[in-house]
Amino acid sequence: MELYAPILVLAVLAAGFAVFSVSVAPFTGPKRWNRAKLDAYECGIEPTPQPVGGGRFPLKYMITAMLFIVFDIEIIFLYPWAVAFDQLGVFGLIEMVLFIVTVLVAYAYVWRRRGLDWD
Amino acid sequence: MTFLVSPVANPGPTSPGPTLADFGHDPLWISIIKAVFLFVFLMVGVLMGVWTERKLISRMQHRYGPNRAGKFGLLQTVADGLKMGLKEDLMPRKVDKLLYFLAPVIIAVPAFLAFSVIPFGPVVSMFGVKTPLQLTDLPVAVLLILAMASIGVYGIVLAGWASRSPYAILGGLRSSAQVVSYEIAMGLSFVAVFLYAGTLSTSEIVAKQADGGSFALGSLNIPLPSWYAVLLIPSFLIYVLTMLGETNRVPFDLPEGEGELVGGFHTEYSSSLKFAMFMLAEYVNVFVVSGVATTLFLGGWRAPWPISLWDGANVGWWPMLWFFAKLVLLFCFFVWVRASLPRVRYDQLMHFGWKVLIPLNLAWILMVASFRALRVDNSPLVIVLMAIVVVGALGVYFRFDTVLQRRREQRAAQEAEEFDQLRDQPTAGGFPVPALDLPHYHGATTGLNRKEVPSA
Repeated sequence: MELYAPILVLAVLAAGFAVFSVSVAPFTGPKRWNRAKLDAYECGIEPTPQPVGGGRFPLKYMITAMLFIVFDIEIIFLYPWAVAFDQLGVFGLIEMVLFIVTVLVAYAYVWRRRGLDWD
Repeated sequence: MTFLVSPVANPGPTSPGPTLADFGHDPLWISIIKAVFLFVFLMVGVLMGVWTERKLISRMQHRYGPNRAGKFGLLQTVADGLKMGLKEDLMPRKVDKLLYFLAPVIIAVPAFLAFSVIPFGPVVSMFGVKTPLQLTDLPVAVLLILAMASIGVYGIVLAGWASRSPYAILGGLRSSAQVVSYEIAMGLSFVAVFLYAGTLSTSEIVAKQADGGSFALGSLNIPLPSWYAVLLIPSFLIYVLTMLGETNRVPFDLPEGEGELVGGFHTEYSSSLKFAMFMLAEYVNVFVVSGVATTLFLGGWRAPWPISLWDGANVGWWPMLWFFAKLVLLFCFFVWVRASLPRVRYDQLMHFGWKVLIPLNLAWILMVASFRALRVDNSPLVIVLMAIVVVGALGVYFRFDTVLQRRREQRAAQEAEEFDQLRDQPTAGGFPVPALDLPHYHGATTGLNRKEVPSA
């Protein structure tokens, strides 16, 4: 726990500064009300109506997020393996080759189904 | 290969520096001093960084850059910051108030926290207390940096989401997709370093880079490079690319593609202090990735070779200077890249991240691992295994390649067919198209005889 205490100190400092700046912002500047100013900015044209609770967004981004999770978990498995590699030796290497090949099968599938294409 | 198996320990003043055991003994007031120092260092660093960037980029473009506020325009960023404070703080009508307020905080705080595990130097005596020049170190220090980078993405997404503006939400989505994609490549490029260092703690990774051993050539002892940037060049190069992508800097600054998305996810944050938080976070993130590059690949706070011959180079407070010099050079690299390269296209960016960097990275990791395995126990099994993997990978690649090739040819044939159809019938497909192939395109005269008329 002693190792994490300094991070908390820095977190308090940084959060204090950020919250202070963000909350003081409305009071330091002038206030000149203008209806158009409070609209969403769209280069001067009438703003596009946005549905309440957020609109739709391209599915592509969701797929990217899912793939990110798959690979992030792969990375999380790779780190302890890399750290303990010298103790595991060849056994660890074989295991990791099998694991990476398994993930690569999914990767190749996504590639073939054009899940990685953005055009 | 013998030099890899038995590195000759280099005698001399290269003490490996603090390890994980040296942390966690600081009294609270020392921690507070260090945290305040780190905070001030980053804040002043951002002020100076913005100035350095503007000045350097101006010089690269043959102009002066800021030179009015203070000597050499040094106070320009301070003036800009004050101006931001005195601007009207807009809260657009439609925004999600709580998230709109929180997003700048969520993006700024983790950026600072990621710097807490970056080592600045060895153990020094601070007001009579022996303490390492590093806020803290964890057994999972590099993981903390990656975690903080991931939390920063929340700030981006929430800023875009809360703004309720099409530009902002598109910018936020693009930016988060880009950052998570490059985070994978970044995380993978660290694996080779961990394979060599055998630890995730930043101070120990620096210690492992202290001495590369030496290669005995007769009576001559040639020192070998110890930086992982040299030993693991592919990892380093991939990291350099991903650090540009991770911080949304040119050439990967698509979230702020001014030409198409205005300001991206911070479009609705007018020029007030809230916007200043995004600016601050961006520059702190640049320092964080530069600090990680220094620590993991460039030997950390250790002096580079010619200076390291001096006995006092790696003791006391001097290492902070070497660390700082490496950080500044990396920052200048960022600026240099920004002045040199145009922005890439989004599909190219994602293509590069997913289809090039990730497979390359995995192949490189397996290669490094098999070298390591050969070193740990020298069995022929490793070589057989690697042969199987290489042959398998090549087999898959060629099979893949033929499939893709066939598909490409099919598409080309289809396009040629459509082209023929269009050429015959200018209105094919339901809308008029200009004739695609006319005789005069081929240099034929169309019944019109042009005669050269001498000018009067």
